[in-house]
Amino acid sequence: MAQKRQVRVGSQWMYARDAEKALSEALRVMKEEEDGHGHQQSFISKYVFSQDHKWIGIQYGFTALCFLLFGFFLMLMMRLQLGWPGESFKIIHLFFGAGSPQGQLLPEQYNQLGAMHGTIMVFLAIVPLAVGAFGNYVVPLQIGAPDMAFPKLNMASYWCYLPGGIIMLLSMFFSRGGAAQSGWTSYPPLSVIMQTDGQIWWLVGMIFLITSSLLGSVNFIVTIIQLRAKGMTWDRLPFFVWAQFVTSFLLLLAFPPLEAAGVLQLMDRVAGTSFFLPTGLVVSGEVLKNAGGGNPLLWQHLFWFLAHPEVYVLILPAMGIVAEVIANNTRKSLWGYRSMVGATIFLGFMSFVVWAHHMFMTGMGTVISAFFQTTTMIISIPSVIILSALFITLWGASIRFTTPMLFALAFLPMFGIGGLTGLPLGLATTDIHLHDTYYVIGHFHYVVAPGTIFAMFAGIYYWFPKITGRKLNDKLGRIHFWGSFVCINGIFMPMFYQGLAGVSRRLFDGGAQYAHAKAAAAATNPFMSQAAIGLFIFQLPFIYNFFKSIKWGEKVGANPWQATTLEWAAATSPPLGHGNFAFPPVVHRGPYEYSLPGMTDDYLPQNADDGGAIPAPAIAPPHAPVVA
Amino acid sequence: MSADGHLEIPFNVDARPDTGLYNGKLGVWLFLASEVMLFGALFSSLILIRTGAVEWPQGWKELHVIPATINTFVLIASSVFVVMAWANLRLNKPKVARLWIAATLLCGFAFMGIKAYEYNLSFEHHHFPKTSNFFAIYFTMTGLHGLHVLGGMIVFAYFLTKGWAMQEHEPRRFTNRIEIVGLYWHFVDLVWIFLFPTLYLL
Repeated sequence: MAQKRQVRVGSQWMYARDAEKALSEALRVMKEEEDGHGHQQSFISKYVFSQDHKWIGIQYGFTALCFLLFGFFLMLMMRLQLGWPGESFKIIHLFFGAGSPQGQLLPEQYNQLGAMHGTIMVFLAIVPLAVGAFGNYVVPLQIGAPDMAFPKLNMASYWCYLPGGIIMLLSMFFSRGGAAQSGWTSYPPLSVIMQTDGQIWWLVGMIFLITSSLLGSVNFIVTIIQLRAKGMTWDRLPFFVWAQFVTSFLLLLAFPPLEAAGVLQLMDRVAGTSFFLPTGLVVSGEVLKNAGGGNPLLWQHLFWFLAHPEVYVLILPAMGIVAEVIANNTRKSLWGYRSMVGATIFLGFMSFVVWAHHMFMTGMGTVISAFFQTTTMIISIPSVIILSALFITLWGASIRFTTPMLFALAFLPMFGIGGLTGLPLGLATTDIHLHDTYYVIGHFHYVVAPGTIFAMFAGIYYWFPKITGRKLNDKLGRIHFWGSFVCINGIFMPMFYQGLAGVSRRLFDGGAQYAHAKAAAAATNPFMSQAAIGLFIFQLPFIYNFFKSIKWGEKVGANPWQATTLEWAAATSPPLGHGNFAFPPVVHRGPYEYSLPGMTDDYLPQNADDGGAIPAPAIAPPHAPVVA
Repeated sequence: MSADGHLEIPFNVDARPDTGLYNGKLGVWLFLASEVMLFGALFSSLILIRTGAVEWPQGWKELHVIPATINTFVLIASSVFVVMAWANLRLNKPKVARLWIAATLLCGFAFMGIKAYEYNLSFEHHHFPKTSNFFAIYFTMTGLHGLHVLGGMIVFAYFLTKGWAMQEHEPRRFTNRIEIVGLYWHFVDLVWIFLFPTLYLL
């Protein structure tokens, strides 16, 4: 075999011929910058209406993190009232102004906060963060593409998302009667007969968000199918890319029915139709004068046809991030990569036939309930496969407990608790007792909050060096992790107890006026609210760390985690401008070639072409030829 | 990257060998899949509301079948025209192709004109979306379909005017664009082919 010389470029080792190409590319870019002042991108086209997937990813990420914080802030106001009903709080008075002179939440204000917390967290924070930010930034880099397939659509996707978010936000302050207050699920007839305008704002905002996710999902699928680098076959795709691929199909096919439902509800509200209003509906003691003949269950079917796949839209990218972080920090190949991919695809298919398990209590009939109960039990299997594979990957590994790894490790049991507590809800009989209680809230928050959001934090700590060339501070990261981990369990664990004791959801005073809920609620609510405040306090080190490290964080090389996937192994940190790679990478092996026997190094990048690992400097000085 | 610093996306014009598709064609098929789900949800809603209704009017008594029939033929003709435009571009006869694109656009105008006339007849009979669920679903579905026709017309108008420049300097890419909008236009046509019997004849 040929001998190949290694040279050092910056902090990265490269084959000499690759380095030569990189150098000529760098010279070309430099020359272009020097004499091409006329061609310089303007500030607006570079930073506002950018078509570079990396910058769009950053735009998505920053906006989504702001919404995440805002959604959390709405929840804090609710938690204040739940923990100490009857007390007045200055912050509530400041937020609602004249609407809340006592500094307490009125029932309708509590409902507004609940509806907006759900909508903002799902549609404006987590999905844009998981798909819009991480997907946009990482997927083209991981598959070795210069950009997304349709850069203009990508830009349009962000610029549909932002107005949708702004409409939702403004509805809280400028809509007649305040924001939507029928929950994030917007069940009719309540959402249609409500006299305030918030629901119309909500529907218009949703149509923007659905358009945005449609544009994004088409783009992701085409990018992954068409723009994979040479040699990047389907079984060499990193698991994160697979997760994004299936997620995009869910977004593509599940969102349009909600768009249809949104159009129908908008017609009901604006044009006076009665798609969702049954004949003879009595509102405030009077029979409605609508045409009638509508079906409120129709909305629930259309809504959950989206919203159940949406659950997997929330969780699959999280699993993808966790898989990347775990493979990297255990220095092992993922155990059962093919089973994980198969499970992910099966999960995607099954997620379209489980939606009515949200509707066991609507009286749709035992046969349908039995069907959806069965499919619901079946869909738990692929989730368990993925989670088990990740657990088994840990077995026997010498784990690097980096900050992203801590979050990834915490994801596993937290998602496990969320998933297992879902089983009693998926069985129609036990659901009779548990539905509409705090048990449900505990269940899905365990999936999404200490589950998905922890995975998002893992992703932020893991890819921050890729985006900025600097690391987030580890000490602050550990404070952030342990504080958040303890507090978030303090909020959600008692919810299972409350729910089993019969405390209903949506009680604006936390159950103080309800005989059946009073004792259980009073015993736990103050503690849960303290934990929520604690959770807020432990986000402060993260926010400080985030902004400080952008400018003053510890500088790192191109591949600080010594990872194998292309975004680290074939690109600089941060990557070259628009175009990502100095030359198109060629892929020679699977995504997780860690700790191979007989290698000088414990990782073999996907683009290393001769089976010889790039040597560690201590072992092989730069001038020594490497025998391949 | 090309010499002028403009980013070139692979397989933007030529097909990727292993998939046999260029990016835009795959993109539009995926988009149409989502459109199938959109209209599929509306058709499902129609079925659910209709099967649950105590009584349901017969479409041909309430709606205006003759203008709708003419519209059906107008749309089918326009679908043929857009294929003619694409074929002539492939045959390297851009001037003829341009006439066919114009003919397609004209059909779009004819469809929208007849549809407006039909809506007007309904309004004169005091039939509004709020009149009954039949009219609610009729106006919603044909309205949404009309918006799709309008979208296609805007694209055709763009290709006839400002977008035509691409035909001169990137003819293959322009031909692809006509193929893509043609696929979309066929879909819009197909939706009408389902809407017409379901609403007017059943």
